[in-house]
Amino acid sequence: MPTARTPRRPIRWHIAVFLAPAVLIYTAIMIIPLFGTLNLSLFTRGEGGTREFNGLANFATLFGDPRWSGAFWNATWNNLWFFIIHMLVQNPIGIALAAILSSPRLRFAAFYRTAIFIPAILSFVIVGFVWKLILSPLWGVAPTFMDTLGIGNWFAPWLGLERSALTTLALISVWQFVGIPLMLIYAALLSIPDEVLEAAEMDGITGASQFWKIKLPLILPTIGIISILTFVGNFNAFDLIYVTQGALAGPNYATDILGSFLFRTFFGFQLQLGDPHMGATVATVMFFIILAGVSLYLFGVQTRLRRYQF
Amino acid sequence: MSARANILRSSFAHAILIAYTILALYPVLLIVINSMKSRRAIFNDPLSLPTRETFDLVGFHTVLEQGNFLLYFQNSMVVTVASLFFVLLFGAMAAFALAEYRFRGNLLMALYLALGIMIPIRLGTVAILEIMVAANLVNTLTALVLVYTAQGLPLAVFILSEFMRQVSDDLKNAARIDGLSEYRIFFTIALPLVRPALATVAVFTMIPIWNDLWFPLILAPGESTKTLTLGSQIFLGQYVTNWNAVLAALTLAIFPVIVLYLIFSRQLIRGITKGAVK
Repeated sequence: MPTARTPRRPIRWHIAVFLAPAVLIYTAIMIIPLFGTLNLSLFTRGEGGTREFNGLANFATLFGDPRWSGAFWNATWNNLWFFIIHMLVQNPIGIALAAILSSPRLRFAAFYRTAIFIPAILSFVIVGFVWKLILSPLWGVAPTFMDTLGIGNWFAPWLGLERSALTTLALISVWQFVGIPLMLIYAALLSIPDEVLEAAEMDGITGASQFWKIKLPLILPTIGIISILTFVGNFNAFDLIYVTQGALAGPNYATDILGSFLFRTFFGFQLQLGDPHMGATVATVMFFIILAGVSLYLFGVQTRLRRYQF
Repeated sequence: MSARANILRSSFAHAILIAYTILALYPVLLIVINSMKSRRAIFNDPLSLPTRETFDLVGFHTVLEQGNFLLYFQNSMVVTVASLFFVLLFGAMAAFALAEYRFRGNLLMALYLALGIMIPIRLGTVAILEIMVAANLVNTLTALVLVYTAQGLPLAVFILSEFMRQVSDDLKNAARIDGLSEYRIFFTIALPLVRPALATVAVFTMIPIWNDLWFPLILAPGESTKTLTLGSQIFLGQYVTNWNAVLAALTLAIFPVIVLYLIFSRQLIRGITKGAVK
């Protein structure tokens, strides 16, 4: 056989050299700790401070023990509501603004784009505090402003009320991140070839019906990507809650989401001691929630979306 | 469509966009304006610009005297720049290897590195802290740099390998015939050619690192290693009743980010929109 006689190619060390730093750091700081955390959730602190294998008992505690399961389900449902608000408010606004922004021969488009994106680059600390101050009844900016609109009676200290705090925080987060779906959709709309739109116009499909019948179906894959990005971001959120409401996610845990629940479980707060094993258990559950969401998107949604190649 | 209807439509579009721009910018502007006013003016007339009578920089004095903001700023800079350097260098090297060479396990390696795009590194925090405690790295900036490098690499490799594939093969093969080593080819040919992509990745990597609160809070909460984000969070919590100081601290925290954004906004927007926007 001719191939048997060809000398073996020498080992190409440079490939290993190019890959090594990235793979080593990524594996050591991200992948190993991730699986380490999943593994830790199976252990507990035994007598004398040793680490003992505990099977799935931590999960049984998290789901079954009323002291834990109440807080866990509260955080999970809150997180789901947080996500729903983003899907119902942030993404439609982003799509609408992108549709307007992409209309042909619009002047100052670059200015609008740059300005509307600014909140997305600010840290949660800044955004959380800015809105905390604005919504504060002490300062009175929001009530004064609403008075001038004639709806001053509607004002309430939303961040302090149990029934409105979570929705208010979700809307603050929406305000911050609208720029991201806006940009992604905007790019998708611009990449639709002119011929397609001209053909639609020849058939008398213009304006709003052109948006619903031609453009929207073409940007569905981008909307899918935005949804999964929103999902992962929301189920991993922590900073905004911590900055505005503290680790206790007040009032009365009304704004507790999985990120803040994980932080409290892991580090403890006030009288409760932190527990790395239960913290790892919460992180593991979050991992599976995110994994489920990503898999649903990859195998359920993405494969069914029809892609158009131009 | 008649010209009249066209004008109507375009003014409608501008009205909506202007309204939303105001909604996006006004809250930030309100903070900056009021940071330069006296306490009385902040409360009596929050919506107006500072006048000669109400102009007061007492908040900034408090912040600069009480807080260690210069140190926090320096820490943030060190962490961000160092992480950025490692993400770009190691990310580009790995991207070059994946795009340039055919070897067994190439696709598998690409998928392995891409995992981290979807799974947030925060979920590994419990074990990351254990590793850092064992390595005696708690309360050091090194811990943060390591974590942020790992966090930034997946997306960097993913984006950069797309661009590395576009580097002309003829150019590289000509260099090989001239006897350049693979390392020289990477540093002198591939890297300079993907510079625009590097700028985009840099902006994407930079913003979450600069703004992160979670890892500084957990890995480096000590006074000497506080980042600007953590430092301002703690300062704001302590001075919550001193409105001048709070507004000034917020303004100081907003300022560097906005400046960076205005410098790099072109790369950022072009990056998000994959070059669709000229």
